[in-house]
Amino acid sequence: MTGRVLLIEDEPNIAEALRFILQRDGWEVGLHTDGATALAEIMRQGPDVVVLDLMLPGASGLDILMGLRADPATAGLPVLMLTAKGQDRDRAAAEAAGVTRFMTKPFANAEIVAALRAMARP
Amino acid sequence: MPFNLLVLFCFAYVALLFGVAFFAERRAAIGKARWLRSPLIYTLSLSIYCTAWTFYGAVGSAARSGLEYLTIYLGPTLVFVGWWVLLRKLVRIGRQNQVTSIADLISSRYGKSNLLGAMVTMLAVMAATPYIALQLQSVTLSFGVFASQTPEVWGQATGAWVAGGLAVFTIIFGTRKLDAREQHHGIVTAIAVEAVVKLLALLAVGAFVVWGLAGGVAAVLDRIGTSPLAEWELQPGRWTGLIMASAMAVICLPRMFHVLVVENTDEAQLGPASWAFPAYLFAMSLFIVPIAVIGTDRMPPGANPDLFVLTLPLAEGQGALALLAFLGGFSSATSMVIVETIALATMVSNHMVVPLWLRLAPARAQPGDVRRLVLLSRRLAIMGVLALGYGYYRLSGGSSALAAMGLIAFVGVAQFMPVILGGIFWRGATRTGAALGLLTGGAVWVWALFLPSFGSVMPPEVMAAGPWGIGWLRPQALLGTAGMDPMVHALFWSLALNTGAFCLGSLLTFPGPVERMQGAAFVHVFDTGAVGPRAWGQGRADAEALLILAQRILGDDDALQLFEAEARAQGRTGYLPDPTPEVFARVERHLAGSIGAAAAHAMIADLTGRATVTVDDLMAMANETAAIIENQARLEAQQEELTRTARALRDANEKLTQLSVQKDAFLSQVSHELRTPMTSIRAFSDILAEGDVPPEMVAQSGRVIHEETIRLTRLLDDLLDLSVLEAGTVQLNLSQSNLSGLIDRALVAAGQVQPDRRFVITRDLASEQIFVRSDADRLVQVFINLIANARKYCDAAAPELRVMVRQRGGRVMVDFIDNGRGIAKEAQGLIFEKFARLTDQTRAGGAGLGLAICREVMANLGGAISYLPGQGGAAFRVVLPLRIDRMAAE
Repeated sequence: MTGRVLLIEDEPNIAEALRFILQRDGWEVGLHTDGATALAEIMRQGPDVVVLDLMLPGASGLDILMGLRADPATAGLPVLMLTAKGQDRDRAAAEAAGVTRFMTKPFANAEIVAALRAMARP
Repeated sequence: MPFNLLVLFCFAYVALLFGVAFFAERRAAIGKARWLRSPLIYTLSLSIYCTAWTFYGAVGSAARSGLEYLTIYLGPTLVFVGWWVLLRKLVRIGRQNQVTSIADLISSRYGKSNLLGAMVTMLAVMAATPYIALQLQSVTLSFGVFASQTPEVWGQATGAWVAGGLAVFTIIFGTRKLDAREQHHGIVTAIAVEAVVKLLALLAVGAFVVWGLAGGVAAVLDRIGTSPLAEWELQPGRWTGLIMASAMAVICLPRMFHVLVVENTDEAQLGPASWAFPAYLFAMSLFIVPIAVIGTDRMPPGANPDLFVLTLPLAEGQGALALLAFLGGFSSATSMVIVETIALATMVSNHMVVPLWLRLAPARAQPGDVRRLVLLSRRLAIMGVLALGYGYYRLSGGSSALAAMGLIAFVGVAQFMPVILGGIFWRGATRTGAALGLLTGGAVWVWALFLPSFGSVMPPEVMAAGPWGIGWLRPQALLGTAGMDPMVHALFWSLALNTGAFCLGSLLTFPGPVERMQGAAFVHVFDTGAVGPRAWGQGRADAEALLILAQRILGDDDALQLFEAEARAQGRTGYLPDPTPEVFARVERHLAGSIGAAAAHAMIADLTGRATVTVDDLMAMANETAAIIENQARLEAQQEELTRTARALRDANEKLTQLSVQKDAFLSQVSHELRTPMTSIRAFSDILAEGDVPPEMVAQSGRVIHEETIRLTRLLDDLLDLSVLEAGTVQLNLSQSNLSGLIDRALVAAGQVQPDRRFVITRDLASEQIFVRSDADRLVQVFINLIANARKYCDAAAPELRVMVRQRGGRVMVDFIDNGRGIAKEAQGLIFEKFARLTDQTRAGGAGLGLAICREVMANLGGAISYLPGQGGAAFRVVLPLRIDRMAAE
């Protein structure tokens, strides 16, 4: 099944590509580019899935993830984290913080679509 | 001779002096005025001791009082022959403490006390007023001699014209800039020329009188033998008094102190001056008696002997000789007035205006405003002092004989002597004692000599019976000592009471901490090779605040230079040294050179938040025997060495740790910067490959892929560029190009960055006309980077970029200064590292390699790029050699 997905990504071209492929897959896509206000935006929109970039202006994706997990309302929200750094350290840190899936850029479109579908399934 | 022609001659002469002063300033500015260091110029500049009083008045004095005029030369001769004892110490102290005036010396010695500085200044201004009046009078009188045939063009206005002209000359060459040391090369050279003119003039008149009029040496000696002069008797009291007064005056007169100590460029000048200056005085006095005797013989009875030097040649029909004599007298008067007003203006601004301003100042002052204030107050003070002199001249009616007016000044400034001698030879002398001594001596001088000189100010009954009939307060018979010569009487009582009050006050009071340290530094100036007392313990102030303060007083250029030198001495790069006590002490001394010790001390105390010294400093002062001092100095030196090494190690370690972290970060950053565009390319190419895409999406995909490929290429180019530059294997294309043209190119190219932002660019095209031999494209690359950065990051509402170009020796400095928030201090050391983009917010540019590339480019071009702190915005300085060294380039 599909639902509402919120993209938190500051790189406009990547966000545009993601929006296109996810919409085509049937998702209702929201977009947010600022790290500092991301947490509040997630609370406000209440998406079914979040796609979160690791390096964001204002705050790191890791901080946002920890904020989500600390709040009972969003503790179980599926989060797909994307990073262009691709170091093992980052993956370990994200997993410790309770990430649902972790993918390294660049990614195959089909992979993202499949991952989100899998995560959104209860 | 027609009066108009005379005025024309005067103008031509003054124009010549202007030329000499201007030429000397220019040569000194480029460091090619070697003559300034020669003892000859120093000696000639000392000759401002010989004023118009000496030039005209000595003959008058000889005609009236016989050989008494010799005393005025004997006093200074004694002081100079014994230079080893006193002058050497004064000059050393003056140079070590960057003393700006006699008031500054006294203020500095007695705990940087501003009260004393102001007292000395006031006394000096009072004493100088009749003396300046005397010079104006002599010039006016000598004009009058020439104008007697054409009285209609000649009036009372001459004095005012002369005073005004002198004010203009002095302001132009005396207050053009604010020097770290109050030195005026143009003026020193001009007065040296005047010294030669007046000596030649007097010798020429003398030779004419002896061989032209009297018929040879033997005949002259005969005439002297039969003249009334031969019956003259020596008055021992008056002789001793006059010799003493002139000996003290040659040190204490503000203008003498100025040329003797402040303008001294090399201590080694003193030795030759110790015989050359007395020789000059001897030459000046050689023909005084013949001129007086022959003049009395030949001139009509009632002729003013003060003007024989001028009237004798004129009466004998020697117009040209008279003109030379006139120029000699004119030189004597003008050189005295110029230096005297400069010295007094420095004192007034440093000890009265600046302290007052510091007390009333608005807390947030703009950079440079102290300099403007100081220069303005000096200009006003110069006008004020000359106006006072002119006022005195009009008030006193210009009637009294020349010599009497000079002596009043001599006795007045002699009041500084006990305080100076006590200050440099006696550790126990205190501020209170000095203030009491100056006050007492000054009061006696005013009462017994200064006020009576006005004639009308003192009612005759006060002179005869004392104020309110108190007999022992009679101005010329204090404590019932009637019958003394008025001058000797005033000299004796003022100095005796002055010294008494000074000693008593010093014995009964205890010196403050700063006083103790200054006292030790002054008295033991030859014992310690050290930089002087450490007045500043670990204060709270940081180096940047100190730099900003220094810029306000010394100006941006000099302050940056000073700080760069300090930082280099500590083994650091950039412009901010560690704020050690030594740095503070040295900066304070530099500031003292511009605004005086007291004001500089107050400003730094204000900055560090404390005005006193620590207990440690006091302990160090309390038990100092020679051995302890020596040991301590050695230990301190070692400790300093260790501290410096430790600091260097700490810096290096910090840098290494940072570098290792940065290397990790670098890899991670390269990965990030490569993967981000690749992600876009892959995602869009996937979309295209899948097919069934709306046409506008196809177009967008193509555009994004194109853009991101370019971005990748640029990143790879930058990385390759950087690695080539870092390895030093870059190929440079050297050519000769105009810096202005290069800046033009960079401005045009960088204008494409955020073209919608309106930027105000401030340039000084004239200063940019410099041809450099370098790699033009590389240089433009650096400029573009800096300008583009300003366009991107300057956060001011009305952004502005100043481009300033300066040439220093063989190096050119190009500063780019914007009006934004600047770069935080802790980040300043990092900005030139790779990927050190400070915020991730602005993604407009490249990958954060720009400044790192700039640094490498400049290193390859034999120059450097650095961040300039404390400019009120982000500021970068590019330094490059005028001609790149081929060896370094290859």
